[in-house]
Amino acid sequence: MGILEVKGVNKRFGGLQALGDVNLSVTENSVHAIIGPNGAGKSTLLNCLVGKLIPDTGSVMFNGQSVLGRKPHEINQMGISRVFQTPEIFGDLTVLENVLIPCFARRDGAFSMHAFETVGQERDMLDEAMQMLEDMNMADKRDMHAASMSRGDKRRLEMAMCLVQQPRLLLLDEPTAGMSRADTNNTIELLKQIKGKRDITMAIIEHDMHVVFSLADRITVLAQGSPLVEDTPENIKGHPKVREAYLGESA
Amino acid sequence: MLGLEKKDATLLLVVIALALAAPILLNPFPTESAMAQFNAGYPDLMQKFAIYGIFAIGFNILFGLTGYLSFGHAAFLGVGSYSAVWMFKLLSMNVIPALVLAVLVSSLFALVIGYISLRRSGIYFSILTLAFAQMSFNLAYSVLTPITNGETGLQLSLDDPRILGISQTADGGIPLTSLFGLAMRDSVAVKLGGWSFEFSVGYYVCAILMLVCFYLAMRIFRSPFGLMLRAVKTNQTRLNYTGLNSRPYTLAAFVISGMYAGLAGGLLAAMDPLAGAERMQWTASGEVVLMTILGGAGTLFGPVLGAGFIKYFENIFSKINDSVLQNWFGFLPDGVENVVLWVVEHFVGPGWHLTLGLLFMLVVIFLPGGLMEGGQRIAGLLRGKRKSGGDGGGDDPEYHPGQTPHVAE
Ligand SMILES: Nc1ncnc2c1ncn2[C@@H]1O[C@H](COP(=O)(O)OP(=O)(O)O)[C@@H](O)[C@H]1O
Ligand SMILES: [Mg+2]
Repeated sequence: MGILEVKGVNKRFGGLQALGDVNLSVTENSVHAIIGPNGAGKSTLLNCLVGKLIPDTGSVMFNGQSVLGRKPHEINQMGISRVFQTPEIFGDLTVLENVLIPCFARRDGAFSMHAFETVGQERDMLDEAMQMLEDMNMADKRDMHAASMSRGDKRRLEMAMCLVQQPRLLLLDEPTAGMSRADTNNTIELLKQIKGKRDITMAIIEHDMHVVFSLADRITVLAQGSPLVEDTPENIKGHPKVREAYLGESA
Repeated sequence: MLGLEKKDATLLLVVIALALAAPILLNPFPTESAMAQFNAGYPDLMQKFAIYGIFAIGFNILFGLTGYLSFGHAAFLGVGSYSAVWMFKLLSMNVIPALVLAVLVSSLFALVIGYISLRRSGIYFSILTLAFAQMSFNLAYSVLTPITNGETGLQLSLDDPRILGISQTADGGIPLTSLFGLAMRDSVAVKLGGWSFEFSVGYYVCAILMLVCFYLAMRIFRSPFGLMLRAVKTNQTRLNYTGLNSRPYTLAAFVISGMYAGLAGGLLAAMDPLAGAERMQWTASGEVVLMTILGGAGTLFGPVLGAGFIKYFENIFSKINDSVLQNWFGFLPDGVENVVLWVVEHFVGPGWHLTLGLLFMLVVIFLPGGLMEGGQRIAGLLRGKRKSGGDGGGDDPEYHPGQTPHVAE
């Protein structure tokens, strides 16, 4: 039994079958990559995991509990964090404030009225957020207006916001898109470190094969809404169907 | 000091000093001078500054922080006034029970209206709040006449029970609202040379409550709760996917701002014990929106400033009539005088709305951060560099709270 079990998930948008009978099992503390051409339904699949979309049929179990019908914040409190394909950050707030919010969410739950404490006096939370920014090499940007950062930095900030929650399952939707080569390599290093240090499971959607093959324990290839194959990176590399459907066009 | 950081403590001290010295500061012109009509330091107007200041500070906790634009906050103002007058009728003329009831009842109203309206965001939320406020207005005006006394408005009368007080005074009058024996209307006038300053009990009660409200708002702005409210405004999607439920946050902000409005309404009744339905009308709801935006939504002091500005215009510009204008422009040749009078009279007296409208447009176009942004720019120029940092806006000079649209999810 994996920590995440997706069974028989279908999702239609009008006439378009975005997901057709998707089955996926992600083993605890592994990195599972989902690859496939644009429009294959990868982001739609993630949307079904975090409560953004409800599948037409099928089940999604996380840690033995169904996520279907739960609100996004409830699913997050169960231990699933997500980095979006287009960065979702708090643009009007500073970088540090962006990282503080998930710290508070983890400590205080979905709602709390800490209206008389001062953010500046929450030493534990500030330390935790600063430590995360340091791990991300972003400590110097702490007072920056988040909206004014580069696209790559916004992604790294969003990743910091997810990681600081210490989720059990981290979903990453093309985390290195828009990043420089150097930042991409840093991100790979960071994710590797985190994987080594903590109990964390990751599902990562990625186009950059270098990233996929550096991190993934298993790979699922999705094409036109259905899983084509699922295997280890070594086997995927040599798989004729995959070369044809996906790697062929990007190589 | 009081759990505030240095910058905030300084701001609080400045506001305290301004509020306490207002009877002097707002009367800069000698009583006999021609400029005396621009003096604002009389109790009636200063009370309005403080009361509408409270209203706007509370409104800003909702609108300035979360971005949810309510068009119905006058409903809570009205509810506060009615509750307070009922307390004066039934219990006693002491303002404290009246204000407590005003805050409690308005918070209940805000809980119900907020719970329903916050199911939507953006323009739909605004329309829902407007609909609720108009409904309250119409109920107060007609159906609920036994409670609100309809068109006439709720007033005190000589046969009210006032179980902890007296129904009428020894000389057969209606007793005055008071705070443990100090009548709200009591005041001490001090003459200094050509100047005259009036220190009234009513104003100081309003001012002290305004300061308390200001301090509480400051604490909310700087708290983790305030941070969440600002997060609601900037990206509700991210907030939800970060494990936070935005609904109770917005509802809490809505109820807090409703309580502020209820307190303001209660104070209006405490200063002048009557309550009418017109206090709930949409124009009154619109006014607090203007105050907040004019002063600077999302800033701490802006709403107070905006409230002061609008009440000043309403009370001072509206009093400039033809004879005053003739006095000013009498030195001009007749033909010219008539033209000047014709132009100016549209902007003063009953035309003060026009002046206010123009001012509002200028501020929104050139100072999206409101008068506070104007103040900061001037301060920056004086210091030869652009000073960073507005209240609530972090340290970014480009932060324009008024401009961020609230996007529906
Ligand atoms: N909310 C939506 N409404 C309608 N169609 C959608 C929606 N989301 C995705 N789609 C469609 O579903 C297909 C899969 O999209 P997506 O999951 O984003 O692909 P990708 O694998 O590139 O992430 C695409 O054809 C896309 O246009
Ligand atoms: Mg995608």
